[in-house]
Amino acid sequence: MTARSLFEKVWDAHVVAPESEDRPAMLYVDLHLVHEVTSPQAFDMLREKGLEVRRPDLCLATLDHSTPTVPVTSLKDLEVVSEPAAARQLIQMEKNCKEFGIELHGFASDRRGIVHVIGPELGATQPGKTIVCGDSHTSTHGAFGALAFGIGTTEVGHALATQCLLQRRPRTFAINLEGTLRPGVTAKDIILRIIGTIGVGGGTGHAIEYRGSAIAGLSMEERMTVCNMSIEAGARAGMIAPDDTTYEYMAGRPLAPDGADWDRALAHWRTLPGDAGARYDKSVDIDVSELAPMVTFGTNPGMVISIDDAVPDQDDPAFRKALSYMQIEAGKPLSGQPVNVVFIGSCTNGRLSDIRQAASVLEGRRVPDDVRLLVVPGSERVKRDAEAQGLHEIVLAAGGEWREPGCSMCIAMNGDRVTRGQLAVSTSNRNFEGRQGSGARTILASPLTAAAAAVTGVVTDPRTLLS
Amino acid sequence: MEAIARITSRTVVLPIEDIDTDQIIPARFLTTTTRQGLGERLFADWRYDADGNRRADFVLNQPESAGAGILVGGNNFGCGSSREHAPWALVDYGFRAVISTEIADIFRSNSLKNGLIPVIVDAATHEWLIAHPGAEVTVDLASRTLDLPDGRNVEFPIDGFSRYCLMNGLDELGFLLENASAIREFEQRAP
Repeated sequence: MTARSLFEKVWDAHVVAPESEDRPAMLYVDLHLVHEVTSPQAFDMLREKGLEVRRPDLCLATLDHSTPTVPVTSLKDLEVVSEPAAARQLIQMEKNCKEFGIELHGFASDRRGIVHVIGPELGATQPGKTIVCGDSHTSTHGAFGALAFGIGTTEVGHALATQCLLQRRPRTFAINLEGTLRPGVTAKDIILRIIGTIGVGGGTGHAIEYRGSAIAGLSMEERMTVCNMSIEAGARAGMIAPDDTTYEYMAGRPLAPDGADWDRALAHWRTLPGDAGARYDKSVDIDVSELAPMVTFGTNPGMVISIDDAVPDQDDPAFRKALSYMQIEAGKPLSGQPVNVVFIGSCTNGRLSDIRQAASVLEGRRVPDDVRLLVVPGSERVKRDAEAQGLHEIVLAAGGEWREPGCSMCIAMNGDRVTRGQLAVSTSNRNFEGRQGSGARTILASPLTAAAAAVTGVVTDPRTLLS
Repeated sequence: MEAIARITSRTVVLPIEDIDTDQIIPARFLTTTTRQGLGERLFADWRYDADGNRRADFVLNQPESAGAGILVGGNNFGCGSSREHAPWALVDYGFRAVISTEIADIFRSNSLKNGLIPVIVDAATHEWLIAHPGAEVTVDLASRTLDLPDGRNVEFPIDGFSRYCLMNGLDELGFLLENASAIREFEQRAP
């Protein structure tokens, strides 16, 4: 048998009907993550056509995107804290899930959170699964050796009605990462470096597999940060072969198999890593041993530099437009640039280890009065765990806000936003114009770099603050 | 869905690279629960100023753009978020095709399901289109060509199945539902 990659093994195992020139493959979906923003029109389609949800047991539904990050205990509170359209959307989600028999991890649930945070922490995300969601950051789940990708609302409807999607097989792209990270450099810096190297369209048409010693050395939470931003390089999916780090993370999670089922699953998972000699359509090698903290300076995640470097210049209208929007000058470093807002959270960097890293910088320091620091745990569980470790007290003592879980300022459709013209250092994934609010300017960075900006009030190399 | 064979229209040119779906439709308009009415919000932050007035320097606000149904964008059009609201907004506004040298995967997939034809062309054709805003061109699905006013017929790639669905006004869901027995068999043999 020919040597196959991780991607090929997972793909092949889910083909219900093979691909031909006339028709894409019918691909079976093992786990469908559903949230309030990209599903209402899909549920309406089911109603119009008189269809049911084929496998409500394979759906994991929650509220995150338009969800406020101030305390809400029941839907009635929404009338007070949310914009009317957002409140209607959340109420509609509750209604849709009830009507179609899907369990919703809503406001009353201690499992609620950002969909890409709760899937892994509940153990629903597993190696070898196909996972889809009406959200491009579904690539996050690839960290477990799952084939996970974002879809549009029409396809959300297809997955709800049939548990299948019509898909053309993407090409494969190996990104080989070697070396050991220096102190103060994180998984976020790795993925920003990758996007800077291959470009925001570099992965288009491909499923990425991240490989090499630098990946093997990362924790699951760090691997999720890397896979999360695959879409920012244009790739719908980014995968990492499962290993003992993966299995240790998964053991004992509420929805992970246990007992004899665990042993059977583990035996299967161990067959998933790519065979020796597996081929990829393209590849790139990156050494991370000299990597520094990375910061974006423009209006897409590929416009990124080491914090030590000066902002480059390019005689290109799009480049100039981006710098003009950002009010950033070419030829100067970003260090020392005054910031207005620091956001720590999101499906990229809203997990416990991210908050712990941020807290390591915040501890014993104080955010200047004219800087707003917002720390938003990725899920109820992250919030509980962080509070059990006293991390919220560190955030509050530094002068930051400690919020309820949700997408918050990453997407700015839930009441949390950066106001026009303000500069934010954010641990989220997109620095597009207006992403964090109309007219907002965003610098993407790691939790360490974001926390360093919060306590100094200016863009700062976090390594200067590490003890 | 309406069957589409060919689209003939003038172009609007927006020669900016990496136009992301947050620009096409900002997230704050995603609290809607319907597909309709997003055309008003298309490119909202480029089309309107902070007070909601139309920006005279934005191409869609210029009189010659009125009624044009084909958008020519820069390389890597539609990158970023998977929001299907982006093609919904473009179609609601009146666009029927988007032309670029590269179109992001999820946006392309979403467009094909909404009667918005993604047309990928070579750099030379793209440069010609950018140099000739308002040119009347034809996107012909039968011949898979973009027909330019100077008589050139430039072939473009399009998935055969998507093309068949577009030309016959078919919804992909019908194919999936017809294969219910294959899905059942798969579920029975899966571990």
